[in-house]
Amino acid sequence: MSVLVNSSSKIICQGITGSQGTFHSQQCIDYGSNIVAGVTPGRGGQEHLGVPVFNSVSEASESLEFDVSMIFVPPKFAAEAIIAAIEAEIGLVVCITEGIPVADMIKVKARLKDSSSILLGPNCPGIITPDEAKIGIMPGFIHQKGSIGIISRSGTLTYEAVDQTTKHGLGQSTCIGIGGDPIKGINFIDCLKLFEADPDTQGIVLVGEIGGSDEEKAAEFIKNNVTKPVVAYIAGVSAPPGKRMGHAGAIVTGKEGTAASKYEALQEAGVYTVESPALIGEKMKSVLVG
Amino acid sequence: MNLHEYQSKQLFSDVGIPVLEGGVASTPDQARKIAEDLKVDTWVIKAQVHAGGRGKAGGVKITKSIDEVESIASSMLGSNLVTKQTDDKGLPVDVVYIESGTSIASEYYLSLLIDRAQESWTFIGSSEGGMDIETVADVSPEKIIRYTIDPKDGLKETELSTMADSLGLKNNAVAEFIDITTKLFSLAVTKDSDLIEINPLILDEKNHLIALDSKMSIDSNALFRQEDLSLMKDPNQEDKLEVKASENDLSYVSLDGEIACMVNGAGLAMATMDVIKLHGGEPANFLDVGGGATPDRVKSAFDIIMENPKVKGILVNIFGGIVRCDVIAEGIIAAVGKSDINVPIVVRLEGTNVDLGKELLSKSDLKVIPADDLTDAALKIVNAVKDS
Repeated sequence: MSVLVNSSSKIICQGITGSQGTFHSQQCIDYGSNIVAGVTPGRGGQEHLGVPVFNSVSEASESLEFDVSMIFVPPKFAAEAIIAAIEAEIGLVVCITEGIPVADMIKVKARLKDSSSILLGPNCPGIITPDEAKIGIMPGFIHQKGSIGIISRSGTLTYEAVDQTTKHGLGQSTCIGIGGDPIKGINFIDCLKLFEADPDTQGIVLVGEIGGSDEEKAAEFIKNNVTKPVVAYIAGVSAPPGKRMGHAGAIVTGKEGTAASKYEALQEAGVYTVESPALIGEKMKSVLVG
Repeated sequence: MNLHEYQSKQLFSDVGIPVLEGGVASTPDQARKIAEDLKVDTWVIKAQVHAGGRGKAGGVKITKSIDEVESIASSMLGSNLVTKQTDDKGLPVDVVYIESGTSIASEYYLSLLIDRAQESWTFIGSSEGGMDIETVADVSPEKIIRYTIDPKDGLKETELSTMADSLGLKNNAVAEFIDITTKLFSLAVTKDSDLIEINPLILDEKNHLIALDSKMSIDSNALFRQEDLSLMKDPNQEDKLEVKASENDLSYVSLDGEIACMVNGAGLAMATMDVIKLHGGEPANFLDVGGGATPDRVKSAFDIIMENPKVKGILVNIFGGIVRCDVIAEGIIAAVGKSDINVPIVVRLEGTNVDLGKELLSKSDLKVIPADDLTDAALKIVNAVKDS
């Protein structure tokens, strides 16, 4: 078992013919992901990386079946691409693109509300179920099939958590990079629900960062709904207020969004917090194995 | 990206949001000329910096003497203004805004921002104008009024009218409030603004609303479609190294410590700062070289780091995923070899071909200290800086 994606996921890539789309689609195919088609306006009818290319998502859906879209469309057109995927009723839409205007994301979220799609991202590394499907830009080889569900706002910090859980012999059920933007698709709580319900997930790693109050909301949810052990790390204890730390969403505004507030909420909810990302694997191992 | 008060007031004026007459001056002579042309008997001279708290810091002065307009402008221009929102060096005053004085019957607070929790735009209003809104939220939260716009329905006049009532506006001021807020929303949408703040919004003695101050920020991700606004960017209001880094496509934030960091990925870059601090050091910067960490980017990152005279050591922390560690190691060797870096460098590599990468580093003639993991790396650089 796993969450959201597995070996039977059928994937299309929007923006497959671009340089990022080409490179990462090839990496996904090499990992064993089942990419069935690509979409690039004006390139319909061609073949790319051994799969057919269509002009639009709706055109692709007329002749093929798929349930996941991976989006590498540049920021200018990315919101439009997400909406096209939602309109085609694709179950899971994974948007890797960084730099989408936040006003565009307000439109996307409004469109998402009454739809049957789940959005992951934007500005995220994607999602991977080890040995089954890699949908995104993460290095596949560091993953190992196992029992830890990972949820993270940061790409490279996800890789840290993955690497450590692999080295401690725990492995991962599924790893979800929810992305570093202030307005995004699924959040910690949605992922916590999925991992809590997944019989193969025994422990959950939550990697948060400064900005917003999603970690505080996650803590509240964990307190009342999650029985599995959660290990959490929050990046940005040393970040100064009012400064955006790389990610569009990583900013302490006034008193909101500090690492201290997030740690406090998580600890109060019974989450095992660590003060360095280097301790994530070790902590999870000691919690699960003793 | 932040705009100056005079720039956002120009945008206000373009769409018909009431502001006072004024002009921008970069010399005392110009200031005098503008004041003369305004044909009023009271002037306000306002230092243009990207920070709030100007009034208390001496950056806003009122006078009835045209000679004083010139002398105040002369003392402000070329100086640095230190407010509670700046660091202790302050921000340079390159231009001042000369505005007509006005009578004030009452002051309000009004802002429109992109509300990440509500995933839409929210208006915030308060009858406590002129005060820091966070202080109001602390002291008298009941005086804060919020209206979140449903993106599907758009702006609702009834909600705006309710807001005006709650603020205690009467008669013509209610219609003026609805007009101003409607124009603000349209301005925010067309200009990709993620924050517009009017503090204070005032009622003059004739019961007319006027935007006395204005602060506006533009979503940097949207600058590709806001070319005219991109031209309004004032790099003098920003940290020099941060500007240079952004020109090189690197994400950099200056901090006060001595240990510079170079990391791939924003989250890992923040975490690296945290771990340095955890082990007794102080980070000199946040620096994300991007997921790719190509040799060129590594080279320009080293250049920027070494421009900060406070730096006494460098911690390089790279998780090599798609880019192999041996390629990154070669990039580091080439970059360090070409520059005359004379501070200790600790390198922690993890990921693809990590052993090969470490071997390359240890075989090179460079004085690079290899580290095994993040904790080891932080301890090594903190100790190396202490010893130097």
